Order: sequence, then structure tokens, then C-alpha cells
Amino acid sequence: MKAAVIVFPGSNCDRDVAVALEASMGAKPLMVWHRDTQLPDLDLIVVPGGFSYGDYLRCGAMAAHSPIMREVKAKAAKGTRVLGICNGFQILAESGLLPGVLMRNKNLRFICKDVFLRVETDSSDFCRKYGAGDVVRFPIAHAEGNYFADFETMKAIEGNGQVAFRYATKGGEVNDAANPNGSLANIAGVYNEGRTVLGLMPHPERLAEDLLGGADGKAMFDSLVEALS
Amino acid sequence: MSQITPELLASHGIKADEYKKILEIMGREPNLTELGIFSVMWSEHCSYKSSKKWLKTLPTKAPWVICGPGENAGVIDIGDGQAIIFKMESHNHPSFIEPYQGAATGVGGILRDVFTMGARPIANMNALRFGDPSHPKTRHLVAGVVAGIGGYGNCVGVPTVGGETNFHASFNGNILVNAMTVGLADKDKIFYSAAAGVGNPVVYFGSKTGRDGIHGATMASAEFDEKSEEKRPTVQVGDPFTEKLLIEACLELMATDTIVAIQDMGAAGLTSSSFEMASKGGLGIDMDLDAVPMREEGMTPYEIMLSESQERMLMVLKPGPEAEAKAKAIMDKWELDFAVVGHLTDSGRMVLRRHGAVVADLPIDPLALASPEYDRPWVQPVKQPVIEAKDVKAVCPAEALKQMVGCPDLASRRWIYSQYDHMVMGDTVQRPGGDSAVVRIHGTDKAVAITTDVTPRYVLADPYEGGRQAVAEAYRNLSSVGALPLAVTDNLNFGNPEKPEIMGQIVESIRGMGQACRELDFPVVSGNVSLYNETQGTAILPTPAIGGVGLLEDVTKSATVPFKEAGNAVVLIGETKGWLGASIYLREICGREEGAPPPVALHRERRAGELVRQLIGDGMVQACHDVSDGGLLVAVAEMAMASEGLIGAQLDAPSTLPLHAWCFGEDQGRYIIEVRDSDLPGVLEEAVEHDTAIRVIGKTGGHVISVGGRAAPVDELLKAHEGWFPGFMGEELPGH
Repeated sequence: MKAAVIVFPGSNCDRDVAVALEASMGAKPLMVWHRDTQLPDLDLIVVPGGFSYGDYLRCGAMAAHSPIMREVKAKAAKGTRVLGICNGFQILAESGLLPGVLMRNKNLRFICKDVFLRVETDSSDFCRKYGAGDVVRFPIAHAEGNYFADFETMKAIEGNGQVAFRYATKGGEVNDAANPNGSLANIAGVYNEGRTVLGLMPHPERLAEDLLGGADGKAMFDSLVEALS
Repeated sequence: MSQITPELLASHGIKADEYKKILEIMGREPNLTELGIFSVMWSEHCSYKSSKKWLKTLPTKAPWVICGPGENAGVIDIGDGQAIIFKMESHNHPSFIEPYQGAATGVGGILRDVFTMGARPIANMNALRFGDPSHPKTRHLVAGVVAGIGGYGNCVGVPTVGGETNFHASFNGNILVNAMTVGLADKDKIFYSAAAGVGNPVVYFGSKTGRDGIHGATMASAEFDEKSEEKRPTVQVGDPFTEKLLIEACLELMATDTIVAIQDMGAAGLTSSSFEMASKGGLGIDMDLDAVPMREEGMTPYEIMLSESQERMLMVLKPGPEAEAKAKAIMDKWELDFAVVGHLTDSGRMVLRRHGAVVADLPIDPLALASPEYDRPWVQPVKQPVIEAKDVKAVCPAEALKQMVGCPDLASRRWIYSQYDHMVMGDTVQRPGGDSAVVRIHGTDKAVAITTDVTPRYVLADPYEGGRQAVAEAYRNLSSVGALPLAVTDNLNFGNPEKPEIMGQIVESIRGMGQACRELDFPVVSGNVSLYNETQGTAILPTPAIGGVGLLEDVTKSATVPFKEAGNAVVLIGETKGWLGASIYLREICGREEGAPPPVALHRERRAGELVRQLIGDGMVQACHDVSDGGLLVAVAEMAMASEGLIGAQLDAPSTLPLHAWCFGEDQGRYIIEVRDSDLPGVLEEAVEHDTAIRVIGKTGGHVISVGGRAAPVDELLKAHEGWFPGFMGEELPGH
């Protein structure tokens, strides 16, 4: 698998995801600066977490218009897998690669903690090593992760099986108590229609090693390597 | 007519005798710009004029110390060619006036102190003190400070991994915000601030200079009064995004061979950075203020030199266009301002020009080195009587425990740390909530352990013992995760040093700290002093905060707080006499704030620490927690509440002590460890080897903490423990 991580000014999870990718791939991903306009042949593009451009405008809004994103969109259109984590999800939503928006958390504060997620489908290159209905533990760390989409969009993404993850209890129950940020239908991550682009607020790369408290996230990178190698 | 009026001197905080000295140094009357420069350079904040005499008595050396106090931060050797660079610094006054920005820029400032020296910041910590929870301002200040620390640290992408928070009425009008940064560097790539090479360019980079924060250092050197709110314009505004770019740009530039010396612009901005670099190098600087990147037009030399705009750096580059071009290209990539603002000279003078004319001409060394040093009068603090357990009311231990784990000083800090990104960078092995944070050294099996500690009520009751205790507790917290304590940074927060009783607190607590640091081989490598923490004449509790750093050679051989399984022995290390003076029990249960604090026996402290580290290293410890605030029963309860499945413990109290004194006494030098039966003989044997008291006090299991025939259910304790903070901040408990 050939993978690249896009680095914006203010990205701060670029190294973390590169470490997790390397552990699964056995090779370092390419790190691409936001001003670049060309990408080589790739199997996977990762848009990492952080505070691109300081998130001083709406989160991800500036990054969505950076030079490299034109190329990312072109690659995505040709089927290159794209993974956006946290700020990366916000950027993909702002770019129109994924449906919906991420609003301020319901409690209006930044939240950093482990959450449980229910895997909604395993038929994607991102989640083939999970089973549908599995409960996994990933950390969240965001102030703007409150997923929202209008009625028509919700109907479409639910109908097409585009919901990737929902916030759930440890036992897999999707309810208000398990929803950390007010997301509609407890949505933590969504796919595009073809399930080739995934955006999620939780950070799989942060729990991809037992020493750090768990390795549930590792299966996502292993899935990608298995599917795209 | 003289420009310099007594009112002008007063507004610059310059005393009459200090002005006399200024006239001597200058040989003429200074102009306003020059006077402003003197005032910030000689402010308490920048000159340490009241504390210098006593700070010199602290031990600062050890074979593993690469650089002690005097640089931007302290540097210690952690082997394999790597060094840890760290410091703690206060931002108390600005945080009280404008909590969000005050706290945020406090984080920004301490980060710069560390990456200026060539380190990538790998962890942030903070030590916070707020007023009484019932004071009308407290909630607003807590919310603002926590949001500010998170807002800055989260954006720069450095994990905030731990800290401590206390509440006490003495902080009602003067909160404390002490921020600490720990960074990692290659031992042979550490950057210092001494300028060198006459003719070399002096370069400014980072953010532009604006009119914010003018006179911040002077504000931080005066008491608060009812007009302090008017000082809001002296609080700076932070831009963590630019700081993130600055970190990356600095580290990229440092990897090239172009920098001679580098210094961040902190308190007193361009003034202190330029004077410090020149003074350390024994050189002069000829600076053209027109070249300074400015945010607004028409700024005067006075404003340019005294601005405390954030995210700015000053450096001396190697000579030649090549170095300059290389540096400029990197700053361009990161979209940061870059300007050659002057050159080094051999004149020993700071010459400032604006619009072609010389606007200030000052000798550097007399200003930087001959700042006043006071031997302020002080009085020996009054000793508090020792309080006997029999004179302290005994209540049901289960009821007292429930009340105590949910009291403001002992309740869970989850509400705070869940607003800090404590996992970014992917090396946080022990998250907030334990005895020390543990952060892996990236790409290795080693880790640093970090803690911040001080018990202000002990320091008030006995500054000497309190100073010793702060250091000992840091030592203990590092040992309880298995880390070898290496060095500390100190952040001394006190009231007005011109009052002999406050000066007595300063002198005695420094004496206590120094003794503990010496006996524990735990030198002070950096620090910061914050005085005049008073509002309308009321001083804060004396708070010499200690930031301790230790090393784990093998991160997999570390211990954590939560109980692991039922059926293991609960073992107490250290001696228990049942010391209730100045304890949380006495305050929370009996409503009494009095008595002598528990004494610290440093030789026993050291032996107990060595024993615990040995046992953890040998894999004989399932869980470990130091015994501190609240005593033994609180420590056991914390281990139970943190455990998966809420594992309880059945304890057998000795009949030789009153039960409440055994449960809640705050005797020092103690740890609770969880040990498997099969390891118990070996553990007891090691304790004998280390000449350390040890006692099996019970067994893990069940879901209650039971002692003396009473039992407290762990889930009820947890509810009280987790419930206080969200309840205080007006929120519902998070869903379960």
C-alpha cells in the first residue's frame, strides 16, 4: 500500500497517524505539504487531525481551499481511498467530499476522552477487520464534533449505509448517554456514497498500541493495508 | 524642566533609591524610553531582586544536570544522547484579570522557553489555585483558565498530561496559574542565549509587535487593588496557531547550522530578550526599531521596546548572506515575519534608533547585572502547636471518607483534564489522574514521569516543613510510577516580600526545599518567582510549587494507581503515627484549619522511594499510590475508584492508634501497594533490606472499602468523587 499524509499549517496529528500507518504498513507514508499541487500514485490519502490554519474561521474551512485539496478531490474522484480524522473529517466535510457538517459540541467545550463506537458496517476497506455491530474504543479530542445534516441528507446516508460509526455504550447501545457531543443519530463517522472516503471525529491512531491503553484503532489501519496491498 | 516626575517614577514602580542608581549608571537623566527599559528590567518579575539572595542557596548541580538555572529552562541528561528541558512559570496576575488569555499566554510563554533551547515540547502540566468555591468569581475564573490552557495547548498539539488544583479563600482575589513544559532535545543540539560575534545580524521573527501587554512585567510585580480591573489592556492575547508554526519553524531552523544564539521574547519583550543576549555575550547591540515588524503604525520606541506581544523570537545568526537566506526561507515557508533588526557591537551598549535618530543609548551590563538585590527583613514564622489525635473529633470513617473524596480539594479533576488534549503526540502512557504523568520518549522504550506538587496549607503552618514536603511529595509521586526522580523546577508564589512575615515564608520555605533537594539528589534546574500575590493587603497561602521530572528506563516496568484484581494484599509502606495537624480531615470534617503539618523525615523518604522503585522494577507491584492529602483511607479509596469493576478493599486497622488518626492522618513518606500473595514474602524481605517500615493492612476484593466494622460502597464514593466538579460548574453528571 502507498499512503500519503497531508500536512497543513496547524496539523498536529500528522506524526501520530504516520506512526500508526507505519506500524501496519511496514513503511513510512509520504508526508505532503499543503502548498504542493501534485500527488503521486497512491492507494490512500490521510487528512490528519489538528487545527489547520488555527481553525480561526469555521473548522476546516480554510484547509478545504488549500492548493493540495484540489488534487485530493481529483484523486478521490478516481477512487483513491481518503481517510479524514477529526480536523481531517471537518476538512473533508467542508470540501464536499463527505455529507454533513460538524458543529460546536453540545456542551460548548473541548472534550478529550475515550468513547465507545459501534461499527455500523464492515463492508468497506476501512473496516473489513471489524465486524458490523462490534464495539470499539477510540479517543475523541475536539470542540467541534457535533455532526449535523439536513433531513434529506440524513435519509440518504442512512439509506445508503454511509454511517460508519455511532457513539454507543460499552454494550453497544446507541443512546443519548453515550453521545458526547450532541451528534445527530450519534454519528461519529460517515462514508461517501461509494465508501471510498471515510471521515470520523474519534482518533483510531491514538489507541493503536496496547502500551497507550488499547489497540482497537489498529484494525482500521490493518484493514486498509489488507485491502489496498 | 525635567521630564522625569515623581509621578512618572511611581507609575513605573521605580523607588527613589533605584532612580538614584539609574542616574549614576546613565550619568544623565534618562529619557522616557530609557526609563521604561529600566523599569521592566528591574521589576521584581525580571530581576528577582527580593529572592535572588535566597535562590542562590538552592542546590543546582548533579552529574546529570547539563544546564541549571539562568538559561530559559533547565536541562538534564537522560542518556542515549538525549536531554530533557523543562521549566514552570507563573501567569497569575494576567489570569485573574482576564482568565482565558492570561492562562493561554502563560502556556505559550513556557512553551517558548523550552523550544527556544532546541527542544520539541512533549508535555505540558499546570498547577492551579483558585479561591473559595462559593466566592462569586471562582467559577468564572475556573472556566476561563481551564478553557485558556486547553485552547492554547490543544491547538499547538502538545499534550497537557497532568497537574494539580486547589481551592482556598486566600486565593479569592489572586489566583495562581503555574504552567510547566517538558521538552526533548538531542544533547549536542541545545541552544543558548549568549550572543557572540561582533557584526553578526540580530534577527527578529514570529508575530508582529503590537501595543498589547505593555508593562506586563511591572504589573506582575505589584499588589492588586480595586483598580486592577483597569489593567486589562496589559494582558496579552495569545495566538496558538502562530506558536505552532513558530515551534516547527524553530526546530527546522535549528537543524541547519545557522544560529549563534536564540531567545524568546517573554516578559518585557524585546527589552529583556535583547539585553539578556547581549549581556550574556558581553557585547552590545545596535538596533534599528524601524525594522521591527509592527502591527500598527506610529508606535513609539517606548511601546516597541515594552510591548509583550506574544509568539516572537530574537536570534543572532551566523555571518553572511547564506545563513540569512536559509533562515528567511524557512520563515517564509511557515509564513512568519522575519527581519534583521540590528547587529552585534563591541560597545557593551544598547543603541536604539528610530527614524534615523538615536532614541536610547544604555549600558548593558549595569542594567542587566546590577539590578537591585535586596536583603529584605524577615521574621521567623510562628510555629503552630502539634495537634494530638485525642483532641480531634472522631466520626464514622466510612461517612468521613465519602465526604472527603467529594470535597473540593480531593474531588476528581476529570472536568478539568477532559478539556485538555492529553493524548496528542501518541506517547502518553499514563494519562491525568495518576500520581505522575508518564510520557514515552518517542521511538524508544524510555519515558519521563512528571508531577507538580505543593501543599500550601502545610507551607502556611510551617514554611520550612512545607518546603521540604513539596519536594518530598514530588519525589514520592515520581517513585510511585517507578521513575527515578532526577530534577525539579520551582515556581515560588508568595505575597508582598516587603512584609517581614511574608519574607519569612519565602526564606524558610526555600531553606526547606533546598534541604530536601540536597538529601534526595533532586536538584533545582530552573524556576520562576511570583511575588506580590496580594489583593487589598491579603496574601495568598504561600505556594512554592514544585515540578518534578523522573526517568523510567523501561516504560513497561511502571506502576499505576487502580487496583488490578481481588484477593491481593494491600500493603502500606512507611510509618504511620496518625498525624492530623493541618490535615484535610481536620479542615473538612472538623472545620479547623490549624496545627503543625506532618514532619518529613528525608532519609526515610529516600529509602521508601528506593524500595518502591525496586519493587516496581522487579514486577512485584500490581498497583501503587502515594499517601498524601486525606491520608491512608483516601489513598485506598482512590485506588478502588480508579479500578476496572470498582474493586474494594477490606482493611484491618491496628489497635495501637485511634481509628480516625490511622485512617486520615497525613504522615509523610508513605505508599500503598497492591501485591499478589505469591510476591508478598519477597516484598517484605526487600523492605527489611531497605530498612523501611511495611505492613500488610488488608486485602482487595468486594465492592466496599471496609475498616473498623464500617463500610463505604465504592460506587457511592465514586459518585461523590466524580460528582463534585460538574455539580460545582453547574452541569449534570455525564452519562454512564
